[in-house]
Amino acid sequence: MAEKPTIVKCLVWDLDNTVWDGTLLEDSDVELFPGIRDVIVELDSRGVLHSVASKNDHDMAWQQLEKLGLAEYFVHPQISWGPKSDAVKEIAERLNFAQTTIAFIDDLPTERAEVTFHAPEVRCYAAEQATELTELPEFSPEVVTVDATRRREMYQAGFRRDAEKESFKGPDEDFLRTLDLVMEIKRADEVDLSRVEELTLRTSQMNATGVHYSDEALRGLLADPDHEVLTVTLTDRFGPHGAVGVLLLRYHQNVWNLKLLATSCRVVTFGAGAVILNWLIDQAAKAGVDLAADFRPTDRNRMMDIAYRFAGFTNDPADNLAELDPPAGEGVQRLHLAPTPKNAPNTMQLIAPGLAADLSRRTDGAARG
Amino acid sequence: MTAELSSLTAESIQKELLGFLGERIKTDVEPDQDLFSSGLVSSMFAMQLVVHLEEAYDIAIVGPDLKFDNFRTVETMTSLVLRLRDASGPADDA
Repeated sequence: MAEKPTIVKCLVWDLDNTVWDGTLLEDSDVELFPGIRDVIVELDSRGVLHSVASKNDHDMAWQQLEKLGLAEYFVHPQISWGPKSDAVKEIAERLNFAQTTIAFIDDLPTERAEVTFHAPEVRCYAAEQATELTELPEFSPEVVTVDATRRREMYQAGFRRDAEKESFKGPDEDFLRTLDLVMEIKRADEVDLSRVEELTLRTSQMNATGVHYSDEALRGLLADPDHEVLTVTLTDRFGPHGAVGVLLLRYHQNVWNLKLLATSCRVVTFGAGAVILNWLIDQAAKAGVDLAADFRPTDRNRMMDIAYRFAGFTNDPADNLAELDPPAGEGVQRLHLAPTPKNAPNTMQLIAPGLAADLSRRTDGAARG
Repeated sequence: MTAELSSLTAESIQKELLGFLGERIKTDVEPDQDLFSSGLVSSMFAMQLVVHLEEAYDIAIVGPDLKFDNFRTVETMTSLVLRLRDASGPADDA
């Protein structure tokens, strides 16, 4: 079986004689090549971002893109007289994408060669290939999730957020409070899980507990009364962050076992991990149970390790951990915490189910029936 | 950033940390001020602190050392850095 190609996450377009027919400086009324708009819209709907690397007068070129109704599709456009390899590298850096996930399309072989020379990992395409791109495997993600179709919207909301943060003079927490953040933790259904799949696929974006659960395994636990599969979404006044986290919890008599907690890197700076943990600790305190969190250190989940430790989880031995199933997998530690009630977060609004209340209603019902 | 590691003293660490904190939380702090009870820094900022200490002083803060109490004040962070620097032996990267 052929190895699957790395999916392109951002396609960088040349403008003159690639997007439009002609040279803007010579003809201020250039028209789009046929089919270009469809390619841009289609890739955008698959979650592929678009950008621009064009040697042009910036204002003039951008006005033309606006006139053609395409400007909104392009993120971090680089329109200047500098080398295109610099433009492409700048775009990758701003998006925090590896160069292997960037593609570049230009009608001039010299420009493609220049990009290849200085950024060899960037994949280059000739302008005449433009209308065939949507057929290529590297532009065809296997799963197009709800969040992928809104990826550009989420990135653009992110840029506006970052710009405001830079101009904000004051502590980070005060800034967070200006965002009107709303976190929703909810019991997952099938649709929610497909959004979380996006998180699992984009593993480079993740801080996981280091313990992997397949989408199938999580789906199988949706109806299990001893397990909770929970998803986390976050929005703010700039727009949605999408599905940003997933939890798998297993109820035992005296202990709740947090088997999986994964959050998107995008929301680390909002303290999302700590807010989720705080909520869970408070629920466990209400239910009068201890918490045990499965954790396997990896080179990517340092933030989660710190979140656990700062929330008070330790490696100290505890008697009531004996009733738990053995940890799933090698090198998995089981961190322990005796919960105490916690205050609601002061940086965001939290909407979440009452796990402790629901559970006690259930056991009451079972005792009566 | 890690050039002056050999000449680290409690005083120089404190000074650097006070500067770092002042810049980040945009208010002056005292070496013995409890950063968390005063509400000055969040648990999220605490994570940035951990990463900063590790990068600036070439140490690894893991397991039991990652507890809240070690990060409460500039003084407790300073002793943590000195202890971990000592434990890792004399720097061999001259």
